[in-house]
Amino acid sequence: MDLAIFARSVTLVTEKNMRIYYYKGAVVIFGLLFPFLMFFTFFIGRNLDLTLFFPGFLGMMLFFTASSVGPLITPWEKREKTYERLLSLPVILESIILGDLLSGAIFGIIITLIVWIVSAVFLHLPLANIGLLALALLLGAIAFAALGTLLGSPATDTPSNIMILSSLVRFPLIFVSGIFIPLNQMQGWERVLTFFSPLTYLVDLFYGALNGTAVYPPFLDVLVLVVVILLFIGCAKIIQQRNLVTGN
Amino acid sequence: MEAIEANNLSKSFGSVTAVNDVSISVKKGSIFGFLGPNGAGKTTVIRLLTGVLTPDTGSIYIGGVNINNDPLAAKMMMGVIPENGTVYGDLTAEQNIIWTAKFYGMDRTTREQRAQEILSQLGLTERKNDLVRTFSKGMRQRISIACAIVPSPPLLFLDEPTSGLDVHSRRLVIDTIHKMNNAGSTIFLTTHNIEEANALCTTISIINKGKIIATDSPEQLKKTYGTTHYVEISFRQSVTEALFKDESISRVERWGDKWRIYTNDPDHVVKYLAQVAERDHLSIISIATSGPSLEEAFLQLTEVA
Repeated sequence: MDLAIFARSVTLVTEKNMRIYYYKGAVVIFGLLFPFLMFFTFFIGRNLDLTLFFPGFLGMMLFFTASSVGPLITPWEKREKTYERLLSLPVILESIILGDLLSGAIFGIIITLIVWIVSAVFLHLPLANIGLLALALLLGAIAFAALGTLLGSPATDTPSNIMILSSLVRFPLIFVSGIFIPLNQMQGWERVLTFFSPLTYLVDLFYGALNGTAVYPPFLDVLVLVVVILLFIGCAKIIQQRNLVTGN
Repeated sequence: MEAIEANNLSKSFGSVTAVNDVSISVKKGSIFGFLGPNGAGKTTVIRLLTGVLTPDTGSIYIGGVNINNDPLAAKMMMGVIPENGTVYGDLTAEQNIIWTAKFYGMDRTTREQRAQEILSQLGLTERKNDLVRTFSKGMRQRISIACAIVPSPPLLFLDEPTSGLDVHSRRLVIDTIHKMNNAGSTIFLTTHNIEEANALCTTISIINKGKIIATDSPEQLKKTYGTTHYVEISFRQSVTEALFKDESISRVERWGDKWRIYTNDPDHVVKYLAQVAERDHLSIISIATSGPSLEEAFLQLTEVA
């Protein structure tokens, strides 16, 4: 395989996704507005310490933005019949999966970075480890963009079906990942539930990067996120490969 | 080396066998027509050949490259116009073409020049900055063609390219096919339009129920499978079908203001019609004979199968 052609195909799929899907209503609502509204609903009028909850908010922001683009792309293109055109261009399935993933990850990183910079400048929020923050942004964006791509993989040409599935998977995670109740304040079965959410490890990395108060060692958070990335990409590939075989 | 060499392709969807042991060989520089009734397997074959679907069995070589082993290299040699001319409605006409050109590694200057050239050729220059979702079906199809031909591919696949188009758009599509073929591209075309295939193609394959039932040149197919000639006649006076009573006439059909009389002996029928016209004092406006048609060959093959 010619790696230059492959790299070009990934870049072009990403470019197309950024041009078309960043402005779609579902991405703006679920990727941008929802995390803000969720956090403000939780925070306003409760006299809470913003510094304590900000890492969780940043994790939620990255989670929603990065995972909002992927679920829309493939079902939308199957409905519009552009998926077939895309497949007949010099691309392979991996180009499409990586292009979808990258467009979600870039969207997540840009929006989350803007939120962090604005908040850090105007609210004078702490920063304990900038390297860890960069790593958290990168790994979190890739992991949840991969989740978005996986959610968009089932064979359907109805984007609304996938958006429902996507909401069913994503919303419960924000309540079991140490966003609204910091991990070190959770006990018993609540704490056990957090082990199973990949978002927990991103939020923990943000706690470590911003406040220096991570519960788990950073290498564990990084390891879990890397495993999750490989798992999500692998599952997306298996499902989309199967769709090519079954013609769906 | 052939432009396309597909051997023993099979593809099933659940219990339905869409393509059953199909082998295709397309010579470089030819226009290959792929005909078949609805649901015969034409689109499935084109999807297999273009790498959109994976075959259950069989191998596909595009310009000598196995598409399963090196899909990127194989796809670099082809341009595809899928059924219904699908392009990105949220991009402008020019963006669609230039974005497609980038996949083939064309540099900025070349792809921009080529895009302007094709937009002009297809009569779309004035609309190049408009979003494609605002275009009519014919214009979308033209953009789809523009995207497929922008890299000047050695192999061009067209799936029902003129389906549902008006006369002007249809003419543009056919002219483009000729131009691409004259420039050296091999054309693989599926169509429902038998006359179009007859006029365009150098070789035709007919598929029915997932199996290829005949492959030959249009003239050879007509010669082998078409037996019936017809005589087409129109009179100044109004006549009824009862006028055409002769043992050499197998069937009579009304075609607008004309009558089409099917026969195995056109010479005899012409003489008979001339006698009838003289006997009944009828004025003949026009009379013409025609040999076996590709449509007849197609119908015979697909009905028998």
